[in-house]
Amino acid sequence: MSTLSPAAARITPEKSSTPAGLRRRGKSRMDPTRNNTAAGIAAWLLALLFATPVLWMILTSFHSETDAATNPPSIAANLTLDAYKEFFGEASGVSPWPSLINSATASILSTVLVLILAIPAAYALSIKPVKKWTDVMFFFLSTKMMPVVAAILPLYLFARTVGALDNIWFLILMYTSMNLPIAVWMMRSFLAEVPVEMLEAAQIDGANLIVTLRKVIAPVAMPGIAATALICFIFSWNELLLARVLTGVVAGTAPVFLTGFVSGQGLFLAKVCAAAVVISLPVLFAGFAAQDKLVQGLSLGAVK
Amino acid sequence: MTTATARISRPGHAIAKPSRNKATRERALAWARRAPLLPALIFLIIVTQLPFVVTLIISFLNWNSLSPGTTGFAGFENYVTVLTDPDLRQAIFTTILLTVAVVLASLVVGLGLALLLDKKFIGRGLARTLLIAPFLVVPVAAALIWKHALLNPTYGLINGVLTWIWSLFGSDTPPQLDLLSQAPLMAVIISLVWQWTPFMMLILLAGLQSRPMDTVEAAQMDGATPWAIFRHLTLPHLRQYLELGGLLGAIYIVQNFDAVFTLTAGGLGTANLPYAIYQTFYFANEYGLASAAGVVVVIGTILVATFALRTVFSLFKKEAAR
Repeated sequence: MSTLSPAAARITPEKSSTPAGLRRRGKSRMDPTRNNTAAGIAAWLLALLFATPVLWMILTSFHSETDAATNPPSIAANLTLDAYKEFFGEASGVSPWPSLINSATASILSTVLVLILAIPAAYALSIKPVKKWTDVMFFFLSTKMMPVVAAILPLYLFARTVGALDNIWFLILMYTSMNLPIAVWMMRSFLAEVPVEMLEAAQIDGANLIVTLRKVIAPVAMPGIAATALICFIFSWNELLLARVLTGVVAGTAPVFLTGFVSGQGLFLAKVCAAAVVISLPVLFAGFAAQDKLVQGLSLGAVK
Repeated sequence: MTTATARISRPGHAIAKPSRNKATRERALAWARRAPLLPALIFLIIVTQLPFVVTLIISFLNWNSLSPGTTGFAGFENYVTVLTDPDLRQAIFTTILLTVAVVLASLVVGLGLALLLDKKFIGRGLARTLLIAPFLVVPVAAALIWKHALLNPTYGLINGVLTWIWSLFGSDTPPQLDLLSQAPLMAVIISLVWQWTPFMMLILLAGLQSRPMDTVEAAQMDGATPWAIFRHLTLPHLRQYLELGGLLGAIYIVQNFDAVFTLTAGGLGTANLPYAIYQTFYFANEYGLASAAGVVVVIGTILVATFALRTVFSLFKKEAAR
């Protein structure tokens, strides 16, 4: 409907004969199919302004330390990989690899756990909805709205008592609980898109649950499941507070590693930027891949 | 799983065996529907609700792990301290100020960007991608970049650009800012607005694109000005999306830890409640006090979340009705 209407709008003013002046003017400003140069220039300027810190981070990471810390900035300075070599090199003292591996482990495994728990739950909430399914949905949502700080002390005390402090598995469980509500909400909205007629047709044809899941539900839900997984991955990868409190030397994640640069002085600006680029790369890739569904995930599936 | 399979594949079976064990069958059926839900539900209750109950209990205790002898029931003492201790009270005000400022500013800028991106222009996809980038940088990394590469008073990009612009006019005395020490809360707010504007933009863009165009066209036919269309059609339609963006943003930003921790380490009146709580239990070992502050955050969040839930619910009902 909405894709058809602009075309209709284009035809109608030409057909009718009376006062066209007002219409034309209105149309030229509002018609979404028309190129809008002024808006385009403004949008591009703002987009560049917003992207500048990111672009500057990337550029600085390819500068030498002396070129990185100048005033005015040396944009045209020679490019070098020194900062990256320094970041990954043993010479710098602490290797970032264990923290990167910890982050990958925690993010990937918690995402897998989330999917294992969320897919059946979303199935029970959409395709074969349980009674009072909206209440259950809102319970899930309410757990997400509770600030982490309100539960972190008991979690820390529990981990300390059972010896799970600085243990990646405990962090994985925490990340699973952190992402599960979002995943259930997103996944429910994706599974709700499976047409009821298709499910009924499959049932009439005598397809069992496994066949129905594979042939009817999976093709519709797969892109949504992939997007949900990427978003859970991003949230786990980004998380700092839980990791900072619950891990330390052995299980420290990449954001915890980054906090080592908080008080780092200007001498290592290029290295700070290189570290920020390396640690942000997985999220940037996952985020751009899932950008259409990102808002759905962040708004807990309420907005499409 | 298997019982659910049985339900789908044996519709004839139900007719064959009627009334006798109908009740048992219905109960089994209800459980078959519920079963896939239970693991997620039980897991979440254990991992999120139980710890909060413990927090609630600890908040009524006198408990500093460094002086174990004095542990005991404290009544509302911790809550009184949270509300009267100058540092913690300051943290409450900072949290409110930070949240309100960041949400409002990023909503306004996000709305402007969404309106621009709703129009068609060359390279719109790429511009949108660039605009999302701030939201995709790891928050600690983003805060580090703001602290060291942008806001640093001697070699940060912002002062560097000021120096460069002034030098174009032949001046060697450009104004140089030092936000991190002169207006640290402003520095935190600016970096968070930068980070959260894309989120607001995405939600509002989704709202704009779900706008029924036929009414807009009808209004154009009647000669309505773009401003009138925005004021009377677009804005009312966007209201729910503005509310949703604002409330979800508030819920995320109230909890912000990364930016405060990285940019200022809570110094100079920038400690918000999450940071203050972290310090109270992690460094000061005041478990009772930290828990009481945690409960205060939850009460504040519940106030915001009640409205958020209502907004989500109305959007949700709209979707369910489709």
